[in-house]
Amino acid sequence: MVSFWTAYVWPAAAIVGYILLIVLPLLGCIAYLILAERKVIASMQMRKGPNVVGPFGLFQPIADGLKLLTKETIIPAGANRVVFLLAPMLTFMLALVAWAVIPFDLGWVLADINVGVLYLFAISSLGVYGILMAGWASNSRYPFLGALRSAAQMVSYEVSIGFVIVTVLLCAGSLNLSVIVQAQEGTAGLFSWFWLPLLPMFIVFFVSALAETNRAPFDLPEAEAELVAGYNVEYSAMMFALFFLGEYANMILMSAMAVVLFLGGWLSPIPYEPFTWIPGIVWFALKTALVLFTFLWVRATFPRYRYDQLMRLGWKVFLPLSLLWVVVTAGALVAFDWVPEPVMARS
Amino acid sequence: MARRLAESEIKNLTMNFGPQHPAAHGVLRLVVEMDGEVIERADPHIGLLHRGTEKLIEHKTYTQAVPYFDRLDYVAPMCQEHAFALATEKLLGIEVPERGQYVRVLFSEITRLLNHIMNVCAFALDVGAMTPFLWGFEEREKMMGFYDRVSGARLHAAYFRPGGVHRDLPAGLADEIAEFCRTFPGFIDDTESLLTENRIFKQRTVDIGVISQEDALDWGLSGPMLRGSGLPWDLRKSQPYDVYDRMDFDIPVGKNGDCYDRYLVRIEEMRQSLRIIQQCLDELPDGPVKTQDNKISPPGRAEMKGSMEALIHHFKLYTEGYKVPAGETYTAVEAPKGEFGVYLVSDGTNKPYRCKIRAPGFAHLAAMDFLSRGHMLADSVAILGAMDIVFGEIDR
Repeated sequence: MVSFWTAYVWPAAAIVGYILLIVLPLLGCIAYLILAERKVIASMQMRKGPNVVGPFGLFQPIADGLKLLTKETIIPAGANRVVFLLAPMLTFMLALVAWAVIPFDLGWVLADINVGVLYLFAISSLGVYGILMAGWASNSRYPFLGALRSAAQMVSYEVSIGFVIVTVLLCAGSLNLSVIVQAQEGTAGLFSWFWLPLLPMFIVFFVSALAETNRAPFDLPEAEAELVAGYNVEYSAMMFALFFLGEYANMILMSAMAVVLFLGGWLSPIPYEPFTWIPGIVWFALKTALVLFTFLWVRATFPRYRYDQLMRLGWKVFLPLSLLWVVVTAGALVAFDWVPEPVMARS
Repeated sequence: MARRLAESEIKNLTMNFGPQHPAAHGVLRLVVEMDGEVIERADPHIGLLHRGTEKLIEHKTYTQAVPYFDRLDYVAPMCQEHAFALATEKLLGIEVPERGQYVRVLFSEITRLLNHIMNVCAFALDVGAMTPFLWGFEEREKMMGFYDRVSGARLHAAYFRPGGVHRDLPAGLADEIAEFCRTFPGFIDDTESLLTENRIFKQRTVDIGVISQEDALDWGLSGPMLRGSGLPWDLRKSQPYDVYDRMDFDIPVGKNGDCYDRYLVRIEEMRQSLRIIQQCLDELPDGPVKTQDNKISPPGRAEMKGSMEALIHHFKLYTEGYKVPAGETYTAVEAPKGEFGVYLVSDGTNKPYRCKIRAPGFAHLAAMDFLSRGHMLADSVAILGAMDIVFGEIDR
């Protein structure tokens, strides 16, 4: 009986605890990312942004959340009820489960698996299903067009993200995210991270991440001026909120991925005291915030791509470029005998 | 089996674009027939904002008709009052004092800025760039302040009246406008820095909705829609009204007649408008701003307190109005959107017998099908944005 407790119950309770430790702060981050977006874009547009609810509008996310909670969930008569309700849940769930493999600091990771990158890749590819299901189940024309666009878009950018990740793997010699971060450690600090040697890939990754998360200038599936709100036209109340939260959770996830793959994860940019005293998670959070700020900045600056132009960029520019860079990287690694030793995770 | 397959027809996707649509610029209902995302046919349905303006004017005196013109194209109110005022003056055979003409030209050009900011920024919003819109509204706010100072209303000014303008400029307004003219080019430069050379913006607008000069003329386009195709046709130059003949300004024209050229034409027209405003302020003569014939324009308030005759004039003007000699005229002005014309028929009474309004947006929207056929759905939004339509004037 004792062995049952020690073998199953306590570890399970500990895992639930870890999950809550990740998910609850994450939800807070999402709420305040929404506020930050409104504030950042507002100041770029010379307005104030939310400033009425609480000091500096700090309670605005809470007010918005409560509003959405108390609203009525409307299911259109023509909709397929089950799929219609399932779609936002799927989107939101997928946006959260991906966090299992993200290392916040040395050893601070829920599942330190050796195929972490593949797991992330798989989960983010599944994200398109939520949107497809929403568009299909709504049985309405704007959501349908939005879902079609989104399917095409996510599939085409997934491919180039795949090749970008391959180049990182070649340099790191592991699919484990913690090992990828450790491979970027060096005396040159932020200049030994992968963003510098793999700069073109870093840019391709960032742009593809914008497309992958349906953010401006690739926000075609929900393009306001054309499709009103795209796939979530028919959604209201919490169902809409789940899509919304899922989108922002995905944004944070993609930023975290960029940080882990290219910006040295939890590593300090200057690897000397006193900077190394600062806990790794702080550096991780700061770097993620920096990437997120760029997401918002782009949104305030650029117009939106057209559907066919977006596809052209993905297939005719990014795909050949990333493929070429894989070849160049692999060639350089072999030619100069820089190939890293395959590393397994500490376990 | 094979026969059944051959008989099955693939139906195009028909979609209702609007009237509740963020990019419909009001209450346009566009029925688009699409093959995937490519538009096969675009059928604008209008009339959702019809208020019977033309018929209402037939039952109003000439003075009472003025405010209806504000409500046609509510983005550029004063230019339309201008057309009505000029038409009535032509029938009456009166001349507006010089200062009045200058003030009218000054405010016509402010109105042009007001309209072009709205259009350029809303166009940017339609193709997805939202920042210019917010910047533009700050500048619009300043100009609406000028409207407010001069007429008491920020939008529906009813300031240009047959015979001149309602009142003289309040003290200090000329200096404020001059100051505005100094800061405004900075705004245009900022907006251009976000749009003009932006690759995505160019990809979205260059070669979209191309129309040749001949087609543009055939479809009855005017204003920037026509000048974008390369024809330097501008009523301010070709048949100047008020003091436009004394103004020194250029007419920008486009080359390809696409959405991008229309955008560039509007940007350059804003700079030219600033030149005209500056000249008006420099040359503004002294004197009355409206005709001194008290049978047509009301006497001053102070005069009314002492003069019996002035009181009678005032009473007659605001009850019966003035009688306009029988006749008819078509008078057009270069409104920011294009040729805005008023066909006015008088039967010698105090009310117009007929007032037909020629709205530029009506002709532009008619070309929507021609312009958007074969383009994608996202392009139709860009075309609509560059067309500069306002439903107040189209539905009337």
